[in-house]
Amino acid sequence: MDALTVHRIHFAFTITFHYLFPQLTMGLALLIVVLKTLALRTGNPHYNQAARFWAKIFAVNFAMGVVTGIPMEFQFGTNWARFSKAAGGVIGQTLAMEGVFSFFLESSFLGAFIYGEKRLSPKAHWVAAFLVFLGSWLSGFFIIATDAWMQHPTGYLLTAKGEILLTSIWGLLLNPWVFWQYLHNMIGALVTASFVMASVGAFYLLSRRHESFGRTFVRIGVIAGGISCCLMLFPTGDRQGKNIAFHQPVTLAAMEGLFHTEQGAPLTILGQPDMAQQRLDNPLTVPDALSFLTYQRWKAEVRGLADFPRELWPDNIPLLYYSYHIMVGLGTLFIAVMLVAAFQLQRGALYGSRPMLWTLMLALPFPYIATTAGWITAEVGRQPWLIYGILRTSDGTSARVAEGNALFSLIGFMGMYTLLAILFLFLVHREIDHGPEE
Amino acid sequence: METFWFCAVAVMIAAYVVLDGFDLGAGILHLFVARTAEERRAVLASIGPVWDGNEVWLLAAGGTLYFAFPALYASSFSGFYLPLMMVLWLLILRGIAIEFRNHIEGPVWAPLWDVVFSGASALLAIFFGAALGNVVRGVPLDASGYFFLPLWTDFSAGPNAGILDWYTVLIAVAAFLTLAEHGALWVALKTEGVVETRARRAAAGLWWSVAAAVILITIVSFRVQPHLGESFANRPWGYVFPLLAIAGLLLMKFSKGLRAFLGSCAFLVGMLTSVVFGVYPDVLPSIGDPSLSLTVTNAAAPRYGLEVGILWFLPGIALALGYFVFTYRSFSGKVRL
Repeated sequence: MDALTVHRIHFAFTITFHYLFPQLTMGLALLIVVLKTLALRTGNPHYNQAARFWAKIFAVNFAMGVVTGIPMEFQFGTNWARFSKAAGGVIGQTLAMEGVFSFFLESSFLGAFIYGEKRLSPKAHWVAAFLVFLGSWLSGFFIIATDAWMQHPTGYLLTAKGEILLTSIWGLLLNPWVFWQYLHNMIGALVTASFVMASVGAFYLLSRRHESFGRTFVRIGVIAGGISCCLMLFPTGDRQGKNIAFHQPVTLAAMEGLFHTEQGAPLTILGQPDMAQQRLDNPLTVPDALSFLTYQRWKAEVRGLADFPRELWPDNIPLLYYSYHIMVGLGTLFIAVMLVAAFQLQRGALYGSRPMLWTLMLALPFPYIATTAGWITAEVGRQPWLIYGILRTSDGTSARVAEGNALFSLIGFMGMYTLLAILFLFLVHREIDHGPEE
Repeated sequence: METFWFCAVAVMIAAYVVLDGFDLGAGILHLFVARTAEERRAVLASIGPVWDGNEVWLLAAGGTLYFAFPALYASSFSGFYLPLMMVLWLLILRGIAIEFRNHIEGPVWAPLWDVVFSGASALLAIFFGAALGNVVRGVPLDASGYFFLPLWTDFSAGPNAGILDWYTVLIAVAAFLTLAEHGALWVALKTEGVVETRARRAAAGLWWSVAAAVILITIVSFRVQPHLGESFANRPWGYVFPLLAIAGLLLMKFSKGLRAFLGSCAFLVGMLTSVVFGVYPDVLPSIGDPSLSLTVTNAAAPRYGLEVGILWFLPGIALALGYFVFTYRSFSGKVRL
């Protein structure tokens, strides 16, 4: 392995592990606000008890998110120094804003939310829950704004000396890429939280324990999940796809496994990209569908990989293709599962439907897989650029950090995160096993 | 403009050291001032609701450093690669030790995390001290503004220095003692009974070693980094910073409770601002050729970003201070279990 590869795996590994936790906490923060609102509205202590249970799960996930998040900010400097020197004046703005506007807010009111229920009035406790939600969603915004700038840089000027100057803070924050990517990502967090809540509820109903809570969790999980899964496809996923089609057409071609330009390009459901032969093996396709989805015309031209110079191709097309198809495939299944479950809920048949409860319970890992695959699509799709069109990934690493030193810390993180994962699963399992009853 | 951001980052780092400093210090002394399960819970409760917020100052200071001085962020973080990775692992271990410890009762789980918490706290104090020592001594910057330091070489503070040499180790020991003292005063302030008595006794005993360490590092720092002396000679008003540190040190010795703790805060702020004042206008001095040093001007981001940054930074920090007043007020007085 060369140093570039190690630095890339280093970031990919630590960010993938990190984002397992915020995707739950950001979605769960909203669902906890829903529970606290129901408690205020109905005056039923059942909802407060439910909120306390999820607050415990939230706290463990939040702690994991914090301790694995600090290395992300550090790594910009430690492993990607040339990128940081070039772009720090731009993306440092959004990263510093995250610290100043979100982390202070979250850390201050999380304590009040977790420990303060007895001291605060019910309304004040609701406000604490809401501020934790607000802080976590603001945090998501600043990170997406950072990533959006790397995907589609705006509000900057490239000088003759190659320096990147920020020229408009609003250009950075209101980048056209931000809006749909932010919604797509945050609703994705809600999908994860909805599935987790429904899954734990289904587990309680199937094991005939904490059944009143099981029903609440399944109901809220299915309603929130049904809405959020549909919003993932349309409009957010659709519009995010169009962003890619217009601003990164070579990425779209690679994601779809479209090697040659076609009028009336097909949408690929299955198939394996064959890089040597430049074709898709065993294709299962829907004719003309890609043209229609991208341009709303069945015979529109979609450019294939062969139309672009090789040095602009993403450097791992099969990985990009598979992660995109896993995301879309799972997203489609989620819609089907949640809509059937919502239909049964409406008819009053859900709590007694063992096949559906089993499905919901076993669905737990899949939103995590879909979200991770989505992020791999976004980040591998950006290659070979670190900042699209401006800075290549190979020009962004720390020149003075040798391969051996980077590997040292990569191995260290792998060991550390294995330990964290074991501890996390152990503690969350205990909390779920103990259940919401006090 | 650059100087404003230099001061802003310095103030944020000082806030980090004063705030996270007391919970690091409480961690260092944890195993010694608290012996029974209940005493340990009391020490942890004295930092439980605030340690995470305190640590945010590190992230916020890092983020501000990143956008205001990107060349410094890039150079120092990649150059101090190895110790920073270890700092990250220690921060991870310390964070989960505090958060996970209370999930399970029993004679195995909690004591294990107490040792992890205490050890990680002690090592972090030492690492931060060594980092400060490196910034004062300087690093071997190359013409492109980068460097890479091994963990140690021959322990001389010369041109082939490693991250650990006799000077930085000395600063690390001083930082360890200072933060232990700071933590002892905090624990004494927030707890009662036998824990308070032990913390008070630890603070009294540590004071002499802190005072001795301060005299020693002051003398050697002026020899290792001659630029410090020039700064104070050229701008004598800068003597207010060391005077603040001396006043704080005396207040720690001759008063009790909140005033002693505030004395310790003043001491930390005075020491840090003295260093920052002495190093200015450098932000990272070069060991060999002084023209290669990173300064507030050559490491700063372009002007527009620095100007527009003030517009969101000042209200943002005012909000953050508001949250801190809220948190610390609702957490005032002795901890109740």
